[in-house]
Amino acid sequence: MTKLSINNVPVEVPEGSTILCAAKRAGIKIPTLCHVEGLQVIGACRVCVVEVEGARNLAGSCSMPVAEGMKVFTNTRRVREARRLVVELLLSEHNGECQTCDRNEDCELQALSAELGIREVRYGGERTRRRIDNSTPALIRDNGKCIKCRRCVSVCLETQHVGALFPQNRGFNTVIGPAFNLDLASVACVQCGQCAAICPVGAITERDEIDEVWTALDAPDKHVVVQTAPAIRAALGECFGCEPGTLVTGKMVAALRRLGFDAVFDTNFAADLTILEEGTELLTRLKKTLLDGEPAALPMFTSCSPGWIKFMEYFHPDMLPNLSSCKSPQQMFGAVAKTYYANKLGKRPEQIFVASVMPCTAKKFECQRPEMNASGVRDVDVVLTTRELGKMIRSAGIDFMGLPDEEMDAPLGLSTGAADIFANTGGVMEAALRTAHEIVTGRPLPMKNLHVEPVAGLAGVKEASLEIRGALPEWRFLEGAVLNVAVAHGLGNAQKVVAAVKSGAKQYHFVEVMTCPGGCIGGGGQPRFTTNAIRQARIAAIYREDEGKDLRKSHENPEIRQLYKEFLGQPLGEKSHHLLHTEYQTRARV
Amino acid sequence: MLAQLDDVLREYAQAPGALIPVLQIAQAIFGYLPETALKRIAQALDKPYSEVAGVVGFYSFFTRVPRGKHLIRVCLGTACYVRGGKEVLSALKSALRVEVGETTSDRTFSLDVGRCFGACGLAPVIMIDDDVHQRVRPTKLPKILEQYRHHAAETLESAAVGPEAQS
Repeated sequence: MTKLSINNVPVEVPEGSTILCAAKRAGIKIPTLCHVEGLQVIGACRVCVVEVEGARNLAGSCSMPVAEGMKVFTNTRRVREARRLVVELLLSEHNGECQTCDRNEDCELQALSAELGIREVRYGGERTRRRIDNSTPALIRDNGKCIKCRRCVSVCLETQHVGALFPQNRGFNTVIGPAFNLDLASVACVQCGQCAAICPVGAITERDEIDEVWTALDAPDKHVVVQTAPAIRAALGECFGCEPGTLVTGKMVAALRRLGFDAVFDTNFAADLTILEEGTELLTRLKKTLLDGEPAALPMFTSCSPGWIKFMEYFHPDMLPNLSSCKSPQQMFGAVAKTYYANKLGKRPEQIFVASVMPCTAKKFECQRPEMNASGVRDVDVVLTTRELGKMIRSAGIDFMGLPDEEMDAPLGLSTGAADIFANTGGVMEAALRTAHEIVTGRPLPMKNLHVEPVAGLAGVKEASLEIRGALPEWRFLEGAVLNVAVAHGLGNAQKVVAAVKSGAKQYHFVEVMTCPGGCIGGGGQPRFTTNAIRQARIAAIYREDEGKDLRKSHENPEIRQLYKEFLGQPLGEKSHHLLHTEYQTRARV
Repeated sequence: MLAQLDDVLREYAQAPGALIPVLQIAQAIFGYLPETALKRIAQALDKPYSEVAGVVGFYSFFTRVPRGKHLIRVCLGTACYVRGGKEVLSALKSALRVEVGETTSDRTFSLDVGRCFGACGLAPVIMIDDDVHQRVRPTKLPKILEQYRHHAAETLESAAVGPEAQS
């Protein structure tokens, strides 16, 4: 441990900690525009400067390690003036337009300028040239607003192992972007939106599609339904000042109804459906290899997360057969809504408009994939992020916190607890095991509270083994078999798992991958700013939602049973194959 | 030439910090850094293409366009700047009818600027290929350029009757 003082307050921190970290522990706030916990120190913004007694220059507190007896001052005149100067210089280049910016009132630069009391920018000169990249369905980049903090570069390369963005050129001409000013659509970008979630300003945002939804709601001939992903209910409240981890399921339903949706449904319904299809697919692959002795693509990887799918298409096209052929719950929902549900209403697919609310930007890309037209038209019409839904509710003048709790509509609004946990890293695995174990043995998963503890939580790669005991006659070949599973979240961790599988170092049967750290609750479309503490709070909320339900296994969902009985037949049947399964394509990495 | 690059990449594939040396070698092989070479480098070194591009764009030594037979670099470091480097540069621009970073239409000369060649006592200096020309005045330029024009013509001629032309 190292002892030092900050603003004359004694602090003790582990050796090698930075001043910034020590200040945080002492309850002293040092502003920064580039630092992100868990990522390598960037040191680009210079906002976090502090005075260290005896040192000639001000020190960047995010990168300067503490030393025994160090005396740090974070609020001297010299520090205040330097900090102000730095922010004024950033503002002098920043092509701001606050009032019309997507990040108005949700901008770290704007907030910091207010905090520092900047009323005038003393420096004129050239502004960063504006160049809008709207080439992708999910993300819009505006270089004029970029302050070159490089958070997006770090998260894209370190966390996601994608590396679509990097500083290009030099000096004032530096732009953060893909190689040689290419647009995002022409490079290996998985559209996960972690860059948009981490950007301190409005330089990278999701494509705003609120207007498309209003247009559909205003169209008299459209039956407009909405589905909300499991992760929304644990985060939407943050848009209205709730503590992270507040569940707002009932208020969310009420708000959607007041916005004018004809039916408020749940992606959870399709998550339960996914478990039946994907669980059956896994058991089929196991049967093929263990009983029939034929080669089957194992491990099987989950396919719910569209960023992960695109990652595999770019970086590991040789492993595409290992991806489950199941569409994501969002796309299963769209296909079912425009066929099964449309039939019930006596409507044609094109008369139904499906809006999704997702914690995710990659879902905007996913719904536009040409193969996602199983109903004959585009299965999901528009995807809004959690943030966009928050804005939409606010713009409609709805007092969110004053709303009553309401229930989802039938039939596509009913779900089990197994569907809720799709939002958390480890949740799809847990949901799949709850059902698969019961199919094979006829008994519930022998784990406390049905939770698969080893694969829960924020460790990057998690593993578990499950020995099958007491298999039913039909599944006798699995008796005594040990099922090895792994869970990874964040594509950097997924990359490690894929490498271990390819090298033969690890032999898994089933692997869950979620693109974003923490799973969907930490998605690129969630309220800013997501830290590990917030991830944990949202994860805990989702488990509470699951535990609060009577039905906690996907195969117990009566509406899903009805769907198979009335319409689909059986999992992996011909209709399922057409509506609920898909295929993948190789994409060039460079 | 791509085969030559592949040999280099095999040698450097596992080496840490290989990107800059590989780019230098590639530029020596091709005379510039063509897109195919850059993509191959990114793949072989398992680096994002954006990072390779970032490094190429950061260092003025690297070029993505083919250069002329001779590369002229005008020093604009402090000493050369105050002793007339800028005038030398504008004289060169009008003599060659190119801007900085461009190549003459006959592909004889490319014009670039540098920041100090370490020859401040001889300011202002220009470098043509590996030759340093000292205390350059705009009036001296035609004579200097002439040597290289002549040289270029000669090598072109000899290339025409060289082994490649015969085979």
